[in-house]
Amino acid sequence: MKRYSAFAIAREAFRYHTGWERAWRSPEPKKKYDAIIVGAGGHGLATAYYLGKNHGIKNVAILEKGWLGGGNTGRNTTIIRSNYLQDPSAAIYEKARSLYEDLSQDLNYNVMFSPRGVIMLAQTEHEVRGYKRTAHANALQGVATEYIDARRVKELCPIMHIEGPRYPVLGGLWQPRGGTARHDAVAWGYARACSDMGMDIIQKCEVTGVRRENGKVVGVDTTKGAIDCDRLGIVVAGHSGVVADMAGFRLPIESVPLQALVSEPIKPCMDVVVMANTVHGYMSQSDKGEMVIGGGTDGHNAYTQRGSFHHIEETVRALIETFPMISRLKMLRQWGGIVDVTGDRSPILSKTPVEGVFINCGWGTGGFKAIPGSGWGFAELMATGHSPLTAEFGLDRFREGRFIDESVAAGVAH
Amino acid sequence: MSTRLSQGGRLIDRSAQQGFSFNGKRLKGYAGDTLASALLANDQMLMGRSFKYHRPRGVIASGAEEPNALMNLGAEGKFEPNARATTTPLFDGLEAASQNHFPSLEFDVGALNTHLSRFLPAGFYYKMFIHPRPFWKHIYEPFIRQSAGLGKAPKARDVDTYEHFYAFCDVLIIGGGIAGLQAAKVAADAGLEVMLVEQDPHWGGRAPVDGTGIDGKPAQDWIDTTVAALGDMPNVTLRARCMGAGVYDHGYVLCYERLTDHAPKAAGPRHRLWRVRAKQVVTATGAIERPLSFAGNDIPGVMLAGAVRDYVVNYGVSIGDRTVVVTNNDDAYRTAIALKEAGLEVPAIIDARTGGAGALGDQAKALGIRVETGKAIAKVKGGKRVTGVGICAQAGEGSILEEIACDCVTMSGGWSPVVHLWSHCGGKLIWDDALAMFRPDGDRAPTSHDGNPFVITAGAANGALSDVLADATAQAAEVVSRCGGKTDAAAPTEANTAENAIEPIWLMPQGAAHKLRSKSWLDFQNDVKVSDVQLAAQEGFESVEHAKRYTTLGMATDQGKTSNINGLAILSKELGVDIPQVGTTTFRPPYTPISMGAIAGEARHEIFQPLRKTPMHDWHDANGAHWEPVGHWRRPYCFLRGDETPEKAVHREVLNTREKLGLLDASTLGKIIVKGPDAGKFLDMMYTNMMSNLKPGRCRYGLMCSENGFLSDDGVVARISDDTWLCHTTSGGADRIHAHMEEWLQTEWWDWKVYTANVTEQYAQVAVVGPNARKVLEKLGGMDVSADALSFMGWADGTIGGFDVRVYRISFSGELSYEIAVPANQGRAFWDALLEAGEEFGVMPYGTEALHIMRAEKGFIMIGDETDGTVIPQDLNLHWAISKKKDDFLGKRAQMRSHMADPNRWKLVGLETTDGSVLPDGAYAVGEGTNANGQRNMIGRVTSTYHSPTLGKGIAMGLVHHGPDRMGEVLDFPRVDGTVVKAKIVDPVFYDKEGAKQNV
Ligand SMILES: Cc1cc2nc3c(=O)[nH]c(=O)nc-3n(C[C@H](O)[C@H](O)[C@H](O)COP(=O)(O)OP(=O)(O)OC[C@H]3O[C@@H](n4cnc5c(N)ncnc54)[C@H](O)[C@@H]3O)c2cc1C
Repeated sequence: MKRYSAFAIAREAFRYHTGWERAWRSPEPKKKYDAIIVGAGGHGLATAYYLGKNHGIKNVAILEKGWLGGGNTGRNTTIIRSNYLQDPSAAIYEKARSLYEDLSQDLNYNVMFSPRGVIMLAQTEHEVRGYKRTAHANALQGVATEYIDARRVKELCPIMHIEGPRYPVLGGLWQPRGGTARHDAVAWGYARACSDMGMDIIQKCEVTGVRRENGKVVGVDTTKGAIDCDRLGIVVAGHSGVVADMAGFRLPIESVPLQALVSEPIKPCMDVVVMANTVHGYMSQSDKGEMVIGGGTDGHNAYTQRGSFHHIEETVRALIETFPMISRLKMLRQWGGIVDVTGDRSPILSKTPVEGVFINCGWGTGGFKAIPGSGWGFAELMATGHSPLTAEFGLDRFREGRFIDESVAAGVAH
Repeated sequence: MSTRLSQGGRLIDRSAQQGFSFNGKRLKGYAGDTLASALLANDQMLMGRSFKYHRPRGVIASGAEEPNALMNLGAEGKFEPNARATTTPLFDGLEAASQNHFPSLEFDVGALNTHLSRFLPAGFYYKMFIHPRPFWKHIYEPFIRQSAGLGKAPKARDVDTYEHFYAFCDVLIIGGGIAGLQAAKVAADAGLEVMLVEQDPHWGGRAPVDGTGIDGKPAQDWIDTTVAALGDMPNVTLRARCMGAGVYDHGYVLCYERLTDHAPKAAGPRHRLWRVRAKQVVTATGAIERPLSFAGNDIPGVMLAGAVRDYVVNYGVSIGDRTVVVTNNDDAYRTAIALKEAGLEVPAIIDARTGGAGALGDQAKALGIRVETGKAIAKVKGGKRVTGVGICAQAGEGSILEEIACDCVTMSGGWSPVVHLWSHCGGKLIWDDALAMFRPDGDRAPTSHDGNPFVITAGAANGALSDVLADATAQAAEVVSRCGGKTDAAAPTEANTAENAIEPIWLMPQGAAHKLRSKSWLDFQNDVKVSDVQLAAQEGFESVEHAKRYTTLGMATDQGKTSNINGLAILSKELGVDIPQVGTTTFRPPYTPISMGAIAGEARHEIFQPLRKTPMHDWHDANGAHWEPVGHWRRPYCFLRGDETPEKAVHREVLNTREKLGLLDASTLGKIIVKGPDAGKFLDMMYTNMMSNLKPGRCRYGLMCSENGFLSDDGVVARISDDTWLCHTTSGGADRIHAHMEEWLQTEWWDWKVYTANVTEQYAQVAVVGPNARKVLEKLGGMDVSADALSFMGWADGTIGGFDVRVYRISFSGELSYEIAVPANQGRAFWDALLEAGEEFGVMPYGTEALHIMRAEKGFIMIGDETDGTVIPQDLNLHWAISKKKDDFLGKRAQMRSHMADPNRWKLVGLETTDGSVLPDGAYAVGEGTNANGQRNMIGRVTSTYHSPTLGKGIAMGLVHHGPDRMGEVLDFPRVDGTVVKAKIVDPVFYDKEGAKQNV
């Protein structure tokens, strides 16, 4: 693989860029692989990458029914943070965040990780206490966060209106090295690196069946024929229930639309990411200048990648309340993805009732930030049967009642 | 130069001059102008700079598809960035400024990028800025971000208002061109409720400009008659300046009406968002012209052929004195003819087709216009303005045969139906080879809840570039029958000129070398060229979505209206597959950008969300309430006196309540009536306690759990009569708990005879608390509130001070306490009466914080503090409230799961710092060592922590591993900064353990 650099660009400029190679090969599937990953989203690709890089398993195929990165990985609002409350979450998200720090160098692909800082606003006394608690937990988990007062919030984000009247900003949880990255680049960077290791990324190849013998996986049926494998990783987000069904087990998961929108691009005016949970919306500014906006999930289960307008309306209301200046901006585009939500809002990275089949799903509304860490841990689980990063995220937790509930900080008002 | 002609301009009123400014320069236009036409009339062709290379940009279109002419409009609270000049109506006093340049539009240092463009191909940023790592954060990224964005960020608060309208109709027709008008007429004549919206201020669309004849007369006559007829019909709503923005599931359509953008001094809202529910939607949205891809096609003065015609016919504006027309279809000849008829020079029509045009070609030649067939433009000359073109053979590689001097080039690559609204909700497209366009596939329309199609498309939007009225009539007839009506309407006769077929020309000339391709623009705003799309294909970005994202083609504010088809044609050629195989990117709402203000509507500031007020709210407001939002309520956190701090106020309120008499407005407390023969059985399922055996006249503290066993709410339940209970919930929980009850009743126990009603707002409730509580009630008089008549956990109806009351003898503070409910409309009077009568007993209202402190002093848990969705009643030592006699209750089975029954769960204890200080909120206790992920091992956490005014020291509650077995042990609680606070495990009841104070 030819390395990317400013020098390479200069060299190519003088021959009209005719020398650039394909970022990834487009091979036909082989008869058999050591491991097959279903789903070329960020999590699937990262899993494959670390299977190769950390565990030397390179005879791997990644099967994608559409185009790689075209699921939620290519639709999300790219917020990266690790200020989670519960230990297992903080561990895997912080692992991911710290891998993001060097990901561009590791992949030789600029994923534009931008640790510009994330503020989660506290607008009720209850939130104040919740975020102070998170800051305490984070300090013990090795995650650098800080509870800051309203004045500091305003300094960090001058376009914010903090005086109410309905929900004055009381303070916030500040993670200075949270931020954003370019979503496509994360998928493409991993894909290029996987392809370079000799892995086959097969697009437009939908898995339609999981073949088993004596309770063990032996391969998959796809729209490009049957392919054999020893190990199978299912990493298909909103379609997890569908693929698990092919393997003969059920998941405690629901698929719901989550929407986002962007404004037209304007000159830089916001240097941080802000999440406002009481009014329910969040916003950041992309490197292109668009205000990137998101909110809560739609209330119904669906597979269509669009949602209902009233959610957009609620989100925009919340953000005009927080950032009055956006009232005169225009919404350029709205879209939706199908997110996979579990009962405790935490992911599942687990062995399954079928030997050799592993599942990685349930990232729901917030899995972009987890991609490198999830890939790291899930690859370890697939390769060795155990990973400390994934140990608590097993399927058995739902039977045992050992939930990892992150809705805690936004729990109940008194 | 571009200028205003002495005659013509069907949309302008030459008697109404309008003064406006552009980049500070004072200019004049006419009423009816758009900002773009007025600027062109003043020879202002240069209107902006492109995004990436800061290339000079002139207007290329005359409508919604314009990618270039974006402006900073207005000032202060009326400032708007990225306003499209082509759809901005001119008004007197308009202030516009161009965007994305420094220091000025004419001299922009950013234009340096254009010389570096060979180093900045598609996706260059993915390949560079990688090393060294710190450079990205400190140098590269700030630089990239600084050069991002187009318009300026608004600074002042929006001074305008916005509103939402709701409408319901049989047929919503989007687009008021002749197809939309005809469809509306047919549907309305058939008796259907019709709504017709048009984004422009005027009706009729392109037909009057294109010279279409209807029923033997000019199109305008038919348009005027039809609009007048529709306007007279009671079953028709007509809205101009109103754009169909998005089509959603089940016939839900968003329309965006710009009420006062053209008259900003007029009273009333700026924009109105219509939310329309229609049985059927007709998209009669017309078609958009495509540019041609040749080198230099982005130089100001190169424009779409239809747009040049629009400016001449609609606004009396000529773009240049000498216009070269370049085309692959007949329609552009109309522009040549219109220009010639307006007395302007057309040195040549360059037609890439070897066969040239039909009747329009003859007409052009008859006017003396030179027509060159099989030719192409090799290159446009000029910098900030076209100065000439080099002509070559389309079949060749671009060697120049001839140069023609000109100051305008007008191009047509054919027309693409506007299929956006058709596609938003799943309508599929079909590639029409003959017309070289994607058009709606009528067999795969968006479907509604019943599986039947609910969108249909008519006229040019349906690919009918001629015989528009016949198509509209047929589509409308289909809609009428879908709505269960009948029509035998006939189409008016439409005079059409026969045209020769379009020839798809995606690159000019066919064999253009890289040098030309890297100057052939596809996306003018985002600076995406033919060579960029080809590079994407070369690098394996084969999916159209990949190519789009890699090159940013079609991602600008115009969302690729003029560039997408050209781009994917290049991609398909490069990949060697057919265009339909490549497919389009997804069409997403809105059709063109709509204001955030309109989306939010009226709801902002004070009325952002409904504010729930208790009957005593105004008293609180007038008496120093320091507010705290609780759900949609606002509750006083404390009442400030003079320049007291909140801490001081809380201290005072607690002590006064403990020593004398406190009043709490408890009206926000949830109150849900549960009634019916099965109510007891139902409540036994909802609560962990037994509620069916509660005696009328008595109260019981109850716990509610989720299906997963976690404690979700608590409150006092009173049995009112044999079949009626009143359940108190937390203030924030009332709606949630009521919904929870209804969910179970409606989905699981629908056969149980139970009725629930949320009566929270029907009552005002006051907690009268403290040693003097009984005294004040006795002074007011009416009913017996003595310990004998009304014992602890009892309730009674009666009168106090003349008010009808229900008195509950319950206590959340540990003091003698009565919670008294009165009908809401008497709440304020009752409150006043208590204050007046309580004067001599030292009465003082208190807020939520004092409430919290007093309950913590007593060791009472608080939902949301001691619970967080992961805590079960057993963790809080509330076993006594979990009935062992019942077979089942919500959460019971869950609480038997292994992790729930695990003895290692953290349990509730009291905590006291060794130095009397207040433990930090949310602090964790640490044990030895770290876990497998290197995190410190935690063994407990603080759930509530306060300074206790009563005890004069810090008190806290917390959950601790084996806590109740470790009384007296001292734990380490690190602060965020790493310093440690030490606290001892104690009994959680800090105050009056025996309950002596409340049981009097
Ligand atoms: C609007 C929105 C905003 C979001 N914002 C954020 C955010 O700000 N921060 C954050 O951290 N997270 C965010 N998320 C969540 C985040 O996008 C996801 O959690 C994450 O991208 C999931 O990645 P994935 O690889 O698991 O799934 P995907 O990227 O969805 O990949 C799954 C892939 O599986 C493929 N597939 C499915 N079925 C099959 C089959 N049978 N055969 C083959 N392939 C199949 C799909 O085509 C898809 O490409 C957001 C999500 C959405 C929708």
